Amino acid sequence: MNSDQEPASPSRRMQEFETVLEQSDKRVAEFEPQRRSLLQNLQHFLHGNPTAVPVIVLILGVGVFGLIAGDRFLSTFNMSLIIQQVSIIGILAAAQSLIVLTAGIDLSVAAIMVLASVVIGKFAVVVGVPAPLAILCGLVLGYLCGMLNGLLVTRIKLPPFIVTLGTWNIFFALNLWYSGAQSIRSQDIDAEAPLLKLFGEGMLIAGVKFTYGSFLMVAIFLVLWYVLNRTAWGRHVYAVGDDKDAAELSGIQTDRTLRSVYAVAGVICAIGAWASIGRVGSVSPQSFYEGNLESITAVVIGGISLFGGRGSILGPLVGALIVGVFQSGLRIAGVDVLWQVFAIGWLIIIAVAMDQWIRRVSA
Amino acid sequence: MSAAATTTRVPILQGKNLVKRYGRVTALDRADFELYPGEVLAVIGDNGAGKSTLIKALCGAVIPDEGEILLDGQPVRFSSPMQARDAGIETVYQNLALSPALSIADNLFLGREIRKEGFPGRWLRQLDRKKMNQFARDKLSELGLMTIQNISQAVETLSGGQRQGVAVARAAAFASKLVIMDEPTAALGVKESRRVLELIRDVRDRGMPIILISHNMPHVWEVANRIHVHRLGKRIAIIKPDTHTMAEGVAIMTGALDPNDHPAGAYAAL
Repeated sequence: MNSDQEPASPSRRMQEFETVLEQSDKRVAEFEPQRRSLLQNLQHFLHGNPTAVPVIVLILGVGVFGLIAGDRFLSTFNMSLIIQQVSIIGILAAAQSLIVLTAGIDLSVAAIMVLASVVIGKFAVVVGVPAPLAILCGLVLGYLCGMLNGLLVTRIKLPPFIVTLGTWNIFFALNLWYSGAQSIRSQDIDAEAPLLKLFGEGMLIAGVKFTYGSFLMVAIFLVLWYVLNRTAWGRHVYAVGDDKDAAELSGIQTDRTLRSVYAVAGVICAIGAWASIGRVGSVSPQSFYEGNLESITAVVIGGISLFGGRGSILGPLVGALIVGVFQSGLRIAGVDVLWQVFAIGWLIIIAVAMDQWIRRVSA
Repeated sequence: MSAAATTTRVPILQGKNLVKRYGRVTALDRADFELYPGEVLAVIGDNGAGKSTLIKALCGAVIPDEGEILLDGQPVRFSSPMQARDAGIETVYQNLALSPALSIADNLFLGREIRKEGFPGRWLRQLDRKKMNQFARDKLSELGLMTIQNISQAVETLSGGQRQGVAVARAAAFASKLVIMDEPTAALGVKESRRVLELIRDVRDRGMPIILISHNMPHVWEVANRIHVHRLGKRIAIIKPDTHTMAEGVAIMTGALDPNDHPAGAYAAL
């Protein structure tokens, strides 16, 4: 019996060794404005604003190439061209971002897109389905492809990398089989279903044509930004990617959230399919073979962590633009194409190294 | 809390003859359990005694093979922790179940977010950040946790004790019946443990009964009103901090002392 400790009021009781706490330094539990070095301040700033790095790189890129290549690079025409050129990869990057936020990776995004574009094109041009219905079929196909990925990831519990490596090949094979490896020519699309090329059309701004496809890409990112930051589903996507077990214990149906993420990504890829017909002008089953890797590049350069749960969805938009600016700038400056590839390679490595460094921020 | 009151009181949560077998292992062997309103009931037991199976059965993570669980005198069957949660039982898990990159407010509302009224909420599914932040601020202030300055700061920027505080605040804010705390001080330093123990008392004093699972005997003896001792899959004693010493508690828990041999008896009343 510990009757020597008078328990008059239970809240007054403490362990003997803890009585010294009364006199001890209590500052540990408080927040103190710690003195930080400039570098630490930068690290904290970037931790809170993960998109800052890509934005700075983009501005620097535009500035440097503007100085080197001059007005040919900085012209509104060239800017419009860059946005146009990155629009399809940008849309794929939007889908990819969702997957990467859940700590996954999707190697099948471009394969879903090309398969959907082949189905849309063939339904509308060859089979004779009305164009809007053909597009709807493409969207449904994208949904189903994404759902297949999601089911394999959540039900069979396979790593997303392996699942999508498999479905990438499967979707690509289906695409070659259904298309017979034949392209659908531009003039046939014009004759049968011009609606398919809607996103290749555009409007004039300051005398320069901006395609609807460019607007579509930006719109997809803005909608995703809203959904991820202003809805419960968006918070759940981040939570699942951050710590799946914790999310599960918090009452989130994590597998359902994951499946919905893959399904939404599939639909975005199918939207990209429609846009790609306008961008390319024809339907080619062989196109965008490396679109998956390019989308991952944009996501990584855009500051979304491959470990999940971190990064802003607007980052990959900037990431895609950075790739476009480098490619355009180096080309106009007359640098050999191989050095564009070289530069992008370094960008990827630097971006991931930055991410690692930012994540190590001390609390 | 006189002995006379006990006879008329209905346990807020009760387990009767709970049995759970895993193959040839009997984790729960006709175990009983009672938690009364307004108390902190500690559950102690050696590793493998079946106390975590007991707690899991009570919070819906495990479905017992036999026996009955009563919540407020009404029989209930939970098939998932979500159902227990919906019934008013909140659990603070040992690993806290917080999402480090999300803000404090986001974490408090994870899985039960509040949407705006009208069109933005119904059709655009927009979250009511203002309401959520206000609620989070209120709950944290009630528990004296508002040393946390910024409700939208990421949980990973908090200290271990502050994170524990957020997890406890979440449980206390949403529980309508009781809170289960699994080893709340296990990962904390001395000062932070002290803070969490005070928090446990605060929550109890605000009328919320608590089940406290802990291996830390000094902490158990300090905050518990009663102590449920689990051994070999069943409850073998209910002791009280003022009738039993820690050494006696541990002796009962490990089988070194028959609880009936103690002058206070094996089952302490409330």
